[in-house]
Amino acid sequence: MRLFAHELRAQQQLFWRNREAAFFSFLFPIILLVLLGSVYGDNEIDGVRGSTYLLAGLIGYGVAATAFASLAITLVVRREAGLLKRVRGTPLSPAIYLAAVIGSMVIVIALQAVAQVLIGRFLLNADWPASPASFVATLVMGAASFAALGLAVTTVVRTAEGSSAVVNALYLPMAFISGSFFSPRDMPRFLEVISEALPLTYLLRLIRSTFIEGELLSSSPGAIAAVLVWGIFGLAVALRMFRWEPREGMSGA
Amino acid sequence: MSAIEVFGLRKSYGPREVLHGVSFAVEVGEVFALLGPNGAGKTTTVEILEGYRSRDDGEVRVLGRDPARAGRDFRARIGIVLQSSAVYPLLTVRETLDLFAGYYPRPRDPGEVIELVGLREKADARVRTLSGGQLRRLDLALALVGDPELIFLDEPTTGFDPAARRQAWETIRDLRSLGKSILLTTHYMEEAQRLSDRIAILADGRIATTGSPRELLSEQGVVEIRFRRNGEDVVMTTTDPTRVLHEITSEALAEGVELEGIEVHPRTLEDVYLELTREQAEV
Repeated sequence: MRLFAHELRAQQQLFWRNREAAFFSFLFPIILLVLLGSVYGDNEIDGVRGSTYLLAGLIGYGVAATAFASLAITLVVRREAGLLKRVRGTPLSPAIYLAAVIGSMVIVIALQAVAQVLIGRFLLNADWPASPASFVATLVMGAASFAALGLAVTTVVRTAEGSSAVVNALYLPMAFISGSFFSPRDMPRFLEVISEALPLTYLLRLIRSTFIEGELLSSSPGAIAAVLVWGIFGLAVALRMFRWEPREGMSGA
Repeated sequence: MSAIEVFGLRKSYGPREVLHGVSFAVEVGEVFALLGPNGAGKTTTVEILEGYRSRDDGEVRVLGRDPARAGRDFRARIGIVLQSSAVYPLLTVRETLDLFAGYYPRPRDPGEVIELVGLREKADARVRTLSGGQLRRLDLALALVGDPELIFLDEPTTGFDPAARRQAWETIRDLRSLGKSILLTTHYMEEAQRLSDRIAILADGRIATTGSPRELLSEQGVVEIRFRRNGEDVVMTTTDPTRVLHEITSEALAEGVELEGIEVHPRTLEDVYLELTREQAEV
């Protein structure tokens, strides 16, 4: 526990000192909320006040941006630079290291969600979360599943240079198709079919039902199962294939 | 007692075998240099000993443990300087040392280690502002901060200027006098010759020879004589230079020819090394 706190502190320091990454994963979802909320906030979307609807969607987008995209890019860059290999040569347990890196992302997600809820409420006149405890539980579960998928995706990215390209090509279309920025109800049929397979679709469904409709998390077992199945799939891939060494590792003699 | 024992070590990457039965031992408290050209298998050998890579065959004992199966307590007793690996560029030198010191059960004082490697004036600088040589010194500091018994140094002074190299050598000698065991790989013959108690030359996945620097030199003939005679370059090596010189010079005097540019010098380790590794270079 002491080691986890020690590592978590360093990971937080590293996150906030990396201005570009902190901007894209922390600030960007907040900026999107302000922009989209200012334009569509007073409209009605799916029978709900626009700002409340968008707030719920952009909180889900923030979870994916940080737990999935930022985590995956951070780990690929560190792996290819040889940093993970260095850590592996110390007595620090790999599980504690990864837990601290993910824990640091969870702190970022929590701060981001708090900022979004406050901005939504006081700037855009959105509602408070209708079922706060279930909403928080949804975010925790979503962050865990997307972090597992973030670990999994590091195994298919080969270079540090390619990491943002690959990761963004996966999660930006996903955020769009799953309906982070608008109601998925108006989507053409083929996108709807794709969206039914994506984990973010179900996370957004859970966030909206707990945040907007005041449902308990336990009232949507199907969506919970979909998010968890994706998370377990990610974890299984990561456990089998996660690499600590850069790719060139095999050639040097 | 041996800090490292390697017997019959084999390793292949796909169909290509890179280590064909490597054997050597590093005694506790000695500096042992593993020399060899690029591609000879130095890094593969060292990374097997560090626990990073698996082996295909052979016996390996590091601090009495099998590194392939050893855990955290083993890694607390070794220090590693990898050939190339990054540090967090956004932390300062002091923050980096504090972070890594926290991983070990009985670390050295980070301030003292910073002092030891000569980075005191850079202690509060972000790592990304360090020069190549300063980064190498930070590598060394990170290998020392856990106060290890055995230290692996994979080309620790590559990219150092001569002054920094001398300083690193001093540090390595200090570590030796503290009773640490050190396994060093290097391209620099002078480094191996000056620092190490014993040297193994690794060529083409095999140990070509092992011994103290003095033994390696005497094994191969100690003195080299070079001159030009009738426009032809002649190089001779001998363990008996007085007699040989007398013979060639009397012969030259009798025939009335001049031995142009005659030089007599002790063979360096570099000569031995080049001879032993030449075959591989020619393949």
